[in-house]
Amino acid sequence: MAFWIASSPHNHEQSETSGLMRLVIYATIPGIFAQWYFFGWGNLIHISMAIITALVAEFSILSLRGKKIRPQLLDGSAILTAVLLGISLPALAPWWVTIIGSLFAIVIVKQLYGGLGHNPFNPAMAAYVMLLISFPVQMTQWQPPLSLLAIDLQFSDTLSLIFSGYTPQGYSVEQIRTHVDGFTMATPLDTVKTNITLGLTVVESMESPVIGKHFGIGWEWMNVGFLLGGLFLLTKKAIHWTTPLSFLSSLFICSFIAFILSPDSSASTMFHWFTGATMLGAFFILTDPVSGATSVKGRLVFGALAGLLVYLIRKFGGYPDAVAFAVLLCNMAAPLIDQYTRPRTYGHNVGVKK
Amino acid sequence: MESVIERIHKGHFSHFHGGIHPPEQKFLTCTKPIASAQIPEQLTIPVRQHIGQAGDIIVAVGDKVLKGQALSASDSPMQLPVHAPTSGTISAIKASVIPHPSGLSETCIIMKPDGEDTWCKRKICPDYELLSKGQILEKIANAGIAGMGGAGFPTQVKVGTLAKIEYLIINAAECEPYITADDLLIQEHSPTVLDGIKILDHLLAPKNILIGIEDNKSKAIDTLKKATADIEHIHVCVIPTKYPSGGEKQLIKILTDQEVPSGVLPSSLGIVMQNVATCFAIADAVINDTPLIKRVVTVSGQALEKPQNTWALIGTPVGFLTQNCGYKNKQHKHLIMGGPMMGFSLSNDQIPVIKSTNCILAPSEEEIASPYSTGTKEVECIRCGQCADVCPAQLLPQELQWSAKAKDQQQLTNLNLFDCIECGACAYVCPSQIPLVHYYRVGKAEIRQQKLLDIKAEKAKVRFEARKKRLEREKIARAEKHKKAAEARKARMNSGTSEAKTEKSAVAAALARVKAKKAQSSTDKNASPQESGNEQVSDQKSQVANAIARAKAKKLAQKAQLTDVQTPKNDSDTTKVDTKEASAKPKSENAPVTDKKAKVAAAIAKAKAKKLQQAKKTDDSVAKLPETKTDNDVNAALTDVKETAASPAQDKKSKVAAAVAKAKQKAKAKADAKAKTDNPVELTAKSQAKSATAKKEASPTPVEVIEVVEVVEESDSISAELPKQSAAELKKAKIAATVAKAKQKAKAKAATKNKTEKPTDLSSDETDDSISKKQEKPTSNNDNSANKELTAPVTKNSIKAKAAKLTKAPKQSAEELKKAKIAAAVSKAKANAKAKKLAKQSQTESNSENSEQKDDAKANEASASEIKKARIAAAVAKAKAKKLAADATKSQTSE
Ligand code: SF4
Ligand code: SF4
Repeated sequence: MAFWIASSPHNHEQSETSGLMRLVIYATIPGIFAQWYFFGWGNLIHISMAIITALVAEFSILSLRGKKIRPQLLDGSAILTAVLLGISLPALAPWWVTIIGSLFAIVIVKQLYGGLGHNPFNPAMAAYVMLLISFPVQMTQWQPPLSLLAIDLQFSDTLSLIFSGYTPQGYSVEQIRTHVDGFTMATPLDTVKTNITLGLTVVESMESPVIGKHFGIGWEWMNVGFLLGGLFLLTKKAIHWTTPLSFLSSLFICSFIAFILSPDSSASTMFHWFTGATMLGAFFILTDPVSGATSVKGRLVFGALAGLLVYLIRKFGGYPDAVAFAVLLCNMAAPLIDQYTRPRTYGHNVGVKK
Repeated sequence: MESVIERIHKGHFSHFHGGIHPPEQKFLTCTKPIASAQIPEQLTIPVRQHIGQAGDIIVAVGDKVLKGQALSASDSPMQLPVHAPTSGTISAIKASVIPHPSGLSETCIIMKPDGEDTWCKRKICPDYELLSKGQILEKIANAGIAGMGGAGFPTQVKVGTLAKIEYLIINAAECEPYITADDLLIQEHSPTVLDGIKILDHLLAPKNILIGIEDNKSKAIDTLKKATADIEHIHVCVIPTKYPSGGEKQLIKILTDQEVPSGVLPSSLGIVMQNVATCFAIADAVINDTPLIKRVVTVSGQALEKPQNTWALIGTPVGFLTQNCGYKNKQHKHLIMGGPMMGFSLSNDQIPVIKSTNCILAPSEEEIASPYSTGTKEVECIRCGQCADVCPAQLLPQELQWSAKAKDQQQLTNLNLFDCIECGACAYVCPSQIPLVHYYRVGKAEIRQQKLLDIKAEKAKVRFEARKKRLEREKIARAEKHKKAAEARKARMNSGTSEAKTEKSAVAAALARVKAKKAQSSTDKNASPQESGNEQVSDQKSQVANAIARAKAKKLAQKAQLTDVQTPKNDSDTTKVDTKEASAKPKSENAPVTDKKAKVAAAIAKAKAKKLQQAKKTDDSVAKLPETKTDNDVNAALTDVKETAASPAQDKKSKVAAAVAKAKQKAKAKADAKAKTDNPVELTAKSQAKSATAKKEASPTPVEVIEVVEVVEESDSISAELPKQSAAELKKAKIAATVAKAKQKAKAKAATKNKTEKPTDLSSDETDDSISKKQEKPTSNNDNSANKELTAPVTKNSIKAKAAKLTKAPKQSAEELKKAKIAAAVSKAKANAKAKKLAKQSQTESNSENSEQKDDAKANEASASEIKKARIAAAVAKAKAKKLAADATKSQTSE
């Protein structure tokens, strides 16, 4: 009769990576709900497609690499990646965009680098950027909020749009994006950006129908949804508070300074916080542990850098939103940040501290 | 800034980084009193239970021992004795599994208790203040007290520190989730614990005594506070519960806000920390004279029916304790010694309790699942950083883990792996369930291993270097010795003893021979002019010409040496042409001219031969045989030249032809001395015998071997002709032989060092004289001899070889000698032809040659008797040899 020999510690918190992932996935629900409420079924369809593709891709790669399939397939990381990608895509983007995106995210960005824990880039964001660069037309066909649409967009309509490009009634995506007044509607960020280049002030652009009462119809609520999810994660200690905090404050400070300097051409701080993918990025993407910095100090730097980059790209860059780019750039910087933000080991360099 | 004490009074504590809050399980045991010790069937007492060396066992198998009796003795601070926990008999002393994570076996004393539990004699000491510090320390050491919190560091070393102590910290934190041993000890035995603290106070005289205790032990805190209320400098510090606040470094940080620098003992900061149980043991030892033979052990875990704290004798098998507590896990036994965070699994339940055992954990499967039942759930690290958040040492466990898996020892060291206290906090929180601590243990072990190997390699390197140096030294010493020996020899030679004389004469002889050889060519020339007496000028001229010719020959020889194999052919070709020329005018009046030329050529040939000889110095005797031949030839040359001059034209012709071949033969012999064997040559010689000359004429570019054969053949025929020649010629030959013999003798003598009886007998008086003269005329010039010494070994070798050859010489027939002579002459003739060719290149040379020819012609005609000439020539040669050997230029003998 054998005795068990195990290495200490013998007890464990009973937390699991898969549980962590599941928690994060649950936390996206408020945001997704808001997205569904304001923009219809599009993203939900994309999310489901992305999940299926991701799982299939993960399965094939894992079996090719001869890894244990079950635990890794169900660790939730692939699903999370798919969900995040699905959320980020334009609601009416064609179906193949999602497929290509998830395949790219799982096969190339994640597995080719060695699988979970080894990917230097956030797979969802890397895929997003790849898609944006490869298919700029499809990737910028943002669907305006349902309330602004001239036509009623049902689930079947959306499905058919995604798969064929036309609703059963024969409307194309372009037509759907057209406002009753005859102009194509863009995202609030886009709108503001275009208006500023047209010489309008931010205040004037805020009158645009897409923006609505606050910072963009639908977008504000989506961000609120993700903020809620993020706060939930924080209370659950599934993510660390450092990155979101430093990211949001950095973005706040940047936009605040700019706003003080030239209020006419700079959007308000809250506008920056509650449009685009700010909250999604803050709580769900930048907090991705694998591609982020690890130490507390490192995370602070990481978040701050991301905030700065987001602001700079939003303000000066060619693309409307910047979270994906900022995240990728920060991912690249993460190892370096880690290198320089190593905590002082207990008992080392004691003299420096005193 | 508020002082540490003020802060503590306010209840403000600093924090160490990280830490975790594993679920508390103290309620299992903390309310139950400590059960009294039971005596098991058998006790296993490891001789070494602490950090340090084992004591020397002072009992033998079969000995009856009393309770408290020492079983081992110590004579150094890091050695601690062990004692008999009860009375009984020593049943064995053998290696047994000790409580250690590795499951190692070490020497243990196995004891059979007699159940009497009789004490040995004790000396109760009610007032420890009467004892000196040294006495107290001795008592502590003799009681075998080691840190009882887990590490097991010898206590008397810790409290015997000479450093000025500011804080004495009593560690009652007990942060492991299950353990309540110290808690209960304080609750039940606070007076004794306090006595222990006071003894330590007495020993160390610290400014403050801080008792660190976690806030989850309210009863113990109350007891302590009550007990210490009247002692001003003892502060009970109630610290927040957090794992691992019981770690030494962590507790120091919490209480004093100081960090113990890496690799330094806390005493350097003026801090000493002692465990509560240790304090109890100290008090027991000092006051009651009771060695450390029992301790409180928490036996806990949900697999037990009645988990409790119990007194356990050191050496009690773990299984005995769990049985007493109602162990019900029959299927999958999983026992942990120590807490769940830092304890280690036991491989069986007969492992004994030792001084540092504070807990035996028998968890149920739900409580602590074993990886063996569930399979490892380890997945890849997701870099979540939770481990780094909780690490009390502020390490980066995830990076450590990465490097440990990659076996990157350098990086592990850079990441301060050795500052890891193996608290297990990181592994506890890791969502990927990576057994981080396990990786670190392996990593640490590997690095230690590597270090050992490095040290070994370093040692090996040092050894190797030392060896190299030694060899170098020996080499130098050898060289030195040789030098000294050489000097000694020199000194000896100059000392004038008979031995020295012998040596000197040997060297001198060798020198003389060398010089003689060198001088021969000029001697050849000198012979006839000296005869004519008044034609010194032309003689000189001829010498000049000779010198030029030789120089040219040398140059050619050098070239020849470079173009090894081809050169002989070239030579033979040119010589052939010359030979034809020579044979074109066989009976002409130019005969003397040819003769003269032959002489010059002989010089050239000799020069070449010497060159080649030098090149082949290292070759073996096979290579030396041709050399010797050459010498013979050279020696004979003197007479042969004249012989050639006088001999009929046909003879000459044939001789010249032979010379061509001979030269070739020599060249070849020297070029590949090893390959050359006489037998094949002779075999072919017979087959080619009849058509020798014809073939030679017919084939302008024959194979060398065949030519060589022809040479042999021809020289044979020539020697056959010789007897028919005139008496004068015979005489000449004889004289030449004498000369040669004389030289041979000289050589033989040099080589065999005065053993040359036979040669002396054979030689004529004249030569004897000359030899004795040579012997008597030592090399007066020391420098000269010294110079020659360098070449001496080489020359000696050749001398020996020659001597060997020459001892045979007397047995050889005159015919053979003659043959050799003729061969030499032939080679000269060939060389002569070459010289002629060379002479054509410059007019002055040819002029001088002309004059030489005239001289020679005159000499030939003028000489009445050729015998005389030959003799004189020989004499001159000898004289010159002597002269050169003595290095005296003026004293020319007038012969
Ligand atoms: S085991 Fe080592 S690395 Fe892990 S938390 Fe403890 S000290 Fe840090
Ligand atoms: S806790 Fe585990 S998964 Fe997280 S970073 Fe540390 S080792 Fe990796």
